[in-house]
Amino acid sequence: MVFSNTQKRQLRLIAVVLLLLVVELWEFGFAKASSNKTTFGFLLGKEWVIIHEWVIQSTTGSKIFSGIGILAAVLGIFLVRSNKSPLPGTAIAGFSLLMSFLCWAANGKFIPMTGLLQGSLMLAVPLIFGSMSGLLCERSGVINIAIEGQLLAGAFASGVIASLTHKTTWGLLVAPLAGALISLLLATFAIKFSVDQVILGFVLNVLVIGLTDFLYKKLLIPYSSTWNTGPSFARLEIPILGKLPIVGPIFFNQTIIVYLMYAIVALISFSLFKTKWGLRTRAIGEHPEAADSVGIDVNKLRFRNVILAGLVSGLGGAYFTVGSVGSFSKEMTAGAGFIALAALIFGKWTPMGAVTAGLLFGFADNLSGTLSIIGVSIPSEFMLMVPYIATIIAVSGLVGRVRAPAADGVPYSRGSH
Amino acid sequence: MSLELNAITKSFGALIANDGINLAVNDGEIHAILGENGAGKSTLMNIVYGLLQPDSGEIKVDGKVVTINEPSDALAVGIGMVHQHFMLIPVFTVLENIVLGHENTSKVGKLKLHEARERLMKIANEFGFEIDPDAYVENLPVGVQQRVEILKALVYEAKVLILDEPTAVLTPQETDELIEVMKRLRAQGTSIIFISHKLREVKAVADRITVIRRGKVVATAQPSASQEELAALMVGRPVNLMPDKNPPKVGAPILVVKDLEILDPSGRALVSDVDFEVCAGEVLAIAGVQGNGQSELAEAMVNLQSHVRGSITVGGVEIVGKSVHESLHEGIAFVPESRELNGLIGSFSIAENLILDTHREAPYTKGFALSPKAVAIRGEEQAKEFDIRYQSIQDPVSSLSGGNKQKVVVARELSRPVKLVVASQPTRGLDVGSIEFVHERILAERDAGRAVLLFSTELDEVVALADRIAVMYAGKILAIVDATVSREELGLLMAGVKK
Ligand SMILES: Nc1ncnc2c1ncn2[C@@H]1O[C@H](COP(=O)(O)OP(=O)(O)OP(=O)(O)O)[C@@H](O)[C@H]1O
Ligand SMILES: [Mg+2]
Repeated sequence: MVFSNTQKRQLRLIAVVLLLLVVELWEFGFAKASSNKTTFGFLLGKEWVIIHEWVIQSTTGSKIFSGIGILAAVLGIFLVRSNKSPLPGTAIAGFSLLMSFLCWAANGKFIPMTGLLQGSLMLAVPLIFGSMSGLLCERSGVINIAIEGQLLAGAFASGVIASLTHKTTWGLLVAPLAGALISLLLATFAIKFSVDQVILGFVLNVLVIGLTDFLYKKLLIPYSSTWNTGPSFARLEIPILGKLPIVGPIFFNQTIIVYLMYAIVALISFSLFKTKWGLRTRAIGEHPEAADSVGIDVNKLRFRNVILAGLVSGLGGAYFTVGSVGSFSKEMTAGAGFIALAALIFGKWTPMGAVTAGLLFGFADNLSGTLSIIGVSIPSEFMLMVPYIATIIAVSGLVGRVRAPAADGVPYSRGSH
Repeated sequence: MSLELNAITKSFGALIANDGINLAVNDGEIHAILGENGAGKSTLMNIVYGLLQPDSGEIKVDGKVVTINEPSDALAVGIGMVHQHFMLIPVFTVLENIVLGHENTSKVGKLKLHEARERLMKIANEFGFEIDPDAYVENLPVGVQQRVEILKALVYEAKVLILDEPTAVLTPQETDELIEVMKRLRAQGTSIIFISHKLREVKAVADRITVIRRGKVVATAQPSASQEELAALMVGRPVNLMPDKNPPKVGAPILVVKDLEILDPSGRALVSDVDFEVCAGEVLAIAGVQGNGQSELAEAMVNLQSHVRGSITVGGVEIVGKSVHESLHEGIAFVPESRELNGLIGSFSIAENLILDTHREAPYTKGFALSPKAVAIRGEEQAKEFDIRYQSIQDPVSSLSGGNKQKVVVARELSRPVKLVVASQPTRGLDVGSIEFVHERILAERDAGRAVLLFSTELDEVVALADRIAVMYAGKILAIVDATVSREELGLLMAGVKK
């Protein structure tokens, strides 16, 4: 039997998961037997209750989940062999792998599952905003390394304006403009003057970090009561949806910024593949000469999309301030813009892929936080690392070779063939 | 619709690509433009289509002066163009490529593809084109991509259609189909500007011929003129269209291919049961309709294919399983089928492209560093020998005209001491003068005792160069025949009919 490259990749992934499951089964189920119980909590707020919590003997849990996982992985292999997508198998196997690990890691302790997931979404929000910004740029053929700067500018502007006006709405309105301002610089130099886009983005990040640091020190700290004590949005529970068990508190009891994010993601996924704008955007990112030859103004559309992208990531920046704590602090985006870029790439430059990768990264981040809070006996640095490595394995196994838009980062001018 | 160009001039730096060109295309006429590589044909057409701005001169449509600043202006007055290098987006479907730039949308901005699909299918049926509107362009063979390009122009009712070397990548059958399409369009009143280096086609279809040399119109001719006359007008000297061939002095086998099988990534056999030998001092031509496994077979000679079983030996050394670099090192010169894809690095200079294969060696590399001076000197020498027309040897190779790019590849590959020359469509896009030159070079390689494996879909070329001809059909070698075989028999073999 000959397997295609995709199938080979799928099989390799399943093999790795299978191996880890067997190790878990042995290590957690037999070698490190413990009589403690693990408790999973499923309640967060006032949602309708199905289960409160779920208590299981840690060793038994590990055994059961590893067992289920191994069966699922075997199912996955059969699916590949019969030329079907192994996704159901791999998904269950991956989930079991995680649960088996949690049963063991949290033995004798309590894991707030709903809270864990809600927190993951909250950490993923800036990543998703950022990756949508990157998507808009790169699909049109402009590399955007300046997402970090755009997020930070948005965070700064919204924090300061909300503080000065005492209105969250003003903060929310100003943030996109700040992001767009960075985009304006990016677009002007990248598109009009063909400056190397990676270097340009890097410089813009340094510029924004330097500028906000400076203003923070000279203005926001000394006069913090006027400049840096902004209000923030309260959570807004959506009727009925917000009451659903588990999903309710995770997705439908969030601030307005998160709901805006849903709308933006939906709008971009629809527009990119179903509208005239989307068709043209993808065209200029793949083969600008061809787009030009049918009368599309390549550089104008690129310019517009880069500005749009700035609006999106600027808005994402507001999440750091008016979307959560209210006040601005130095370099508070802490690299989210770069992780967003990674999410975009791992998501194969597709909106849904980027969102999935963003959520995975958010989950990874939050899991390590949660585990170190409940006091698991693994060094937290290691915990911080493992989920990313797992994500990389999963992504390389699931999505395969990643192909950037063909003209990504290549300035367009006529007559250069 | 009639089109008139008056005194069009365009220069790139010091180079005058178009020098006061006058051209009149009448209503419903097929007007052929002939000219050497780099004569300025594509430049002129890009000006008409709004992709380039002339330094001076005017364009008249139906007697009225029009300003064409953008392709959209050209489209608006009814000028359509099929470019020398395809303007298709590989990751889009056929239909998406067709609607791009002319999208219909619903009130909320959603794309409406329905009408375009119907229009496309109607026109495709009218012209007898078989086309799947939902196929991705990157998965289509070049001949079909070409059809998509033409459909693009037809769907938007071009009144003047510019075809810039549309037949360069087509098989003879596809070319015949295209000629039929052109005749039907002419009957419907469409004017066509047809650029080609293949005189046979030009004679078959053109109503009038304009010849351009070094940016100037040097002559107009009638299609009744002989091929030799047309060739001489183009190049400015008599051209030998059929190279003189010495009788072969066949030596020992150099290339031995045994039980070769090439699979695609999903395990389907693209080429199977292939056995043949090429001896020193002979040319074996692999003929066949494009898409019967020749491309894969050619690539396998230097290990550009990844799933190969069987054996390929060059001078007794096994090639299968080696790296591309190692295979070339066994003494193979390789002219790939697609110069853009596998032959050149567009952003590198002409000089750098000329030493891509030998850049590791002295005098180009000293210690760790490349010596730009040695590279430039070598580049200029080779460019002179192969008559490559350029402005500066340091210009990116992508600025060359199509035919001159091809010459860069041929020059590089034929300037190395080798045992075996593998050449895939070596004269694709070349003008008659350059074809004569490349043919002479290939025969000189043969006479110098090298084995030559030629892949060509051009029957003329196969007959002119080959000592023996292997015909490929459906991934297998159907027959190996002597070069004296009749064209009819060759045609039948290529269609898969074996007596
Ligand atoms: N953008 C450019 N910059 C510099 N030189 C150019 C550019 N475009 C074309 N040229 C030069 O102008 C000349 C005419 O090129 P053109 O592409 O019009 O030739 P052509 O007649 O179409 O040749 P071919 O038959 O090989 O396609 C060539 O010498 C080419 O190198
Ligand atoms: Mg040309």
